[in-house]
Amino acid sequence: MELNRRDFLRLSAISTVSVGLMYLRITEFAKDGSPVYAATSDTTEIPIIWLATGSCTGCTISLLNSLSPTIRNILIDEVVPSKHLSMRFHSTIMASEGELALEELKKTALNKGNYILVVEGAISTKDHGIYCEVGEIEGKGITGLEQTVSLGKDAMLVLAAGTCASYGGIPSAAPNTGGYTSVTKVFADAGIKTPVVNVPGCPPHPDWFVGTAATVLISGIEAVKLDPYGRPLAFYGKRIHEICPRNGSFQLGQFSKKFSDPYCMYQLGCKGPVTYADCPIRLWNSGNSWCVGANSLCIGCVEPGFPDIMSPLMKKAEGWEVDPLALPKPEKEDTGISPALAAGLGAIAGAAVTGAGVAISRQISTKPKTDEKSQKE
Amino acid sequence: MAKIVVDPLTRIEGHLKIEVTVDSGEITDARSAGTTFRGFEILLKGRDPFDAQFLVQRICGVCPTAHAMAAALSLDSAFGIADKIPDNGRILRNLIQGANYIQSHILHFYHLAALDYVDVTKVAEYQGKDANLNSIKDFITRATNSNNMSMLSPFYPRYEGDYRLTDDANIVATRHYVEALNMRRLAHEMATLFCGKMPHNVAIVPGGVTEGPTIDKIANFMWKLEELRKFVNDVYLPDVIAVAAAYSDYFAIGKGCGTLYSTGVFDLDTKETNLDKRNRLLKQGLTSASNFVYNPIDSKKVSEDVKNSWYKSPSGLHPSNGQTTPEREKAGGYTWAKAPRYDGKVCEVGPLARMAITYSYGDTVVKQMVDNTLAYFNATPAALFSVMGRHAARALEAKFVADKMVEWLLALKPGEPCCAEWETPNEAEGMGAWEAPRGSIAHWIKIGNKRIANYQCVPPTSWNGSPRDDKGNPGPIEQALIGTRIKDEHNPFEIGRIVRSFDP
Repeated sequence: MELNRRDFLRLSAISTVSVGLMYLRITEFAKDGSPVYAATSDTTEIPIIWLATGSCTGCTISLLNSLSPTIRNILIDEVVPSKHLSMRFHSTIMASEGELALEELKKTALNKGNYILVVEGAISTKDHGIYCEVGEIEGKGITGLEQTVSLGKDAMLVLAAGTCASYGGIPSAAPNTGGYTSVTKVFADAGIKTPVVNVPGCPPHPDWFVGTAATVLISGIEAVKLDPYGRPLAFYGKRIHEICPRNGSFQLGQFSKKFSDPYCMYQLGCKGPVTYADCPIRLWNSGNSWCVGANSLCIGCVEPGFPDIMSPLMKKAEGWEVDPLALPKPEKEDTGISPALAAGLGAIAGAAVTGAGVAISRQISTKPKTDEKSQKE
Repeated sequence: MAKIVVDPLTRIEGHLKIEVTVDSGEITDARSAGTTFRGFEILLKGRDPFDAQFLVQRICGVCPTAHAMAAALSLDSAFGIADKIPDNGRILRNLIQGANYIQSHILHFYHLAALDYVDVTKVAEYQGKDANLNSIKDFITRATNSNNMSMLSPFYPRYEGDYRLTDDANIVATRHYVEALNMRRLAHEMATLFCGKMPHNVAIVPGGVTEGPTIDKIANFMWKLEELRKFVNDVYLPDVIAVAAAYSDYFAIGKGCGTLYSTGVFDLDTKETNLDKRNRLLKQGLTSASNFVYNPIDSKKVSEDVKNSWYKSPSGLHPSNGQTTPEREKAGGYTWAKAPRYDGKVCEVGPLARMAITYSYGDTVVKQMVDNTLAYFNATPAALFSVMGRHAARALEAKFVADKMVEWLLALKPGEPCCAEWETPNEAEGMGAWEAPRGSIAHWIKIGNKRIANYQCVPPTSWNGSPRDDKGNPGPIEQALIGTRIKDEHNPFEIGRIVRSFDP
């Protein structure tokens, strides 16, 4: 059974009752007493096309690190009750290659509105995108740009996996030789209306990706509450600095003077005060550590404008004198950034590479207010 | 004459296109092409040198640790602290890198290469109670009952006609494929204990690492490592041997260029500032498939040709003065990869090169491992230079490194420093040579006005996946393909099997 777009949209409307019913199935037991969780013939197949563009494959590798569900659960089992993600095209893991793989891709895409497109990587747009070719069809190289447009327009939705697909990321860093940009920008230029959910991070935490996908599968895309940068508030709703375990030493005015010190890393250039993600409480790699936990810095890898706007990544930029105590709290007012901080970010960007992140810092400083309803989710 | 184009060549990192000409069933010409250019060497210019190891990791999400190390080593040398790295810093770098070696080698064999040899669909015949296998069996049955083979993705479609393991062996290998997913995740968890997160760590910095060892983390690391060593010994090595036995003709397929190059990896001390001569576990050197004679290296002899690459910058430059100016429409160009050469020679890099060079250097443990493996297959050393030789060398290396990591872990000293102090100089130059799981990696940096003035990377797949050089010599993967017989042009298994044995 395959899900069509109408079913999918209807999914957004129905919710608790059917979700309850779905979960009932998990309580069935096989004859030997083991719970039935494997995909069955009533399973709905959700075809996935995973398109790698200007990427490092790090987002895929991070997804492979998913602890619960495991990647085996994701690929083989019903990742949520009654639904199976069917990975029809993923160049890092699929058995097929070349023409055979591209035929399967084409076949999947013919079923318009019935597949989810995941884009991993930034999209080259300069010179028609020739800096990133992702395959050859009938003797002609096909670009990541062409594929993003042609597969994107007919997808039921697009998940932009990682900061590159979400905002351009490192390939788009100044001087951006390949004209790399985000899925959202490509869609805006091509007039494509397919909904896009950004799951940034360099790489994104596997929970962020799996949690977002699961929410969509269970309750529909309407259930994913997004911040003004198109990221799910469930994972990107809190500022790192505020939920950091070292916030206590910050409050006491204890600052690390070198990387091995156990105090607040702000004076060394930590980007926690301007970065929204739940790393300090979720922790990385099955809860083993995180960036500040390793006595290093948050480098702001989930933010639009990364890396330029966060540069220098490992130092505090001259002129970036912000009082993190004065930062607005998101539940009151989600401008996200105070005028002082916006000026500071401009200074960071200016110090990094000429002109690079200035436009982005302006964008952040005018970050629109998130509606309060979303904040409560 | 027929042309076969495999684009995308899947189950690798990045975008690779392989084009071969087949005449009377034999590959007579081959071209390997990298099809994506992101411009790291350009975007690094003008930035703070301290940011380099964070940015360069994003060149490759499978081997970011090695890029971080190459950058950190180049900064160690530029900052004048190469011989001042505290033992804790040196050892923790080795342990973080070692964890990613184990991760990468397991991932490569089971999740990138194995589907060329293992028939997952045979799990449909499984009759036991293993929950993992039964969920895969249900997954297969569901697709066959629905008469929709696409539901078997990502294991289908695939080439057909050359899966040779027995049904039982296919079932066991599939179970190990799933178990290996957990094992490679465990290896990343192990690295994370000392490096914050994986992929793309935050702990490797010039001078050492940011986080020192503690007793609890050492113990945690130790037991994760024990589980991984057990997997490597009891599962990974036997599986490689089983696959190699069933596909033994692949000991004679994919020979390659026969010149092997390694820049060495895992510092045993940091007394020597010249990385060509530093005391390392896996040795720097050059050897040949024909004589196994050990030769030391001099990294001044590396150059990069670009006649056949999409760059208009000058060809044949040493990377310390390297340039990267893209020109996609350049006549004769067919790839974004440059063609690195050592002393003008085409060189293969990777686990086979490292094991062969360390063997030729005279390391007794490596010699014994390799000799025993050859004896098991009743093979001569020539068999190493092949598709199966590369898989075997990779698995043996995983064991060799994992065993050494136990010693290193116990040499850590909680409470002692893990990082040397430094200041960014106004002007300086540095080189950082190391080995990624898939082969030699080196970065060259020039600092001017406390900023990065020039930055050049020569990563492993530039070596193995290189195009023809200015003299017309094909790269190692191209050479390994040329001369191969293709049994079935509609199911050209041989191409993917050869290319993937290099772990591009």
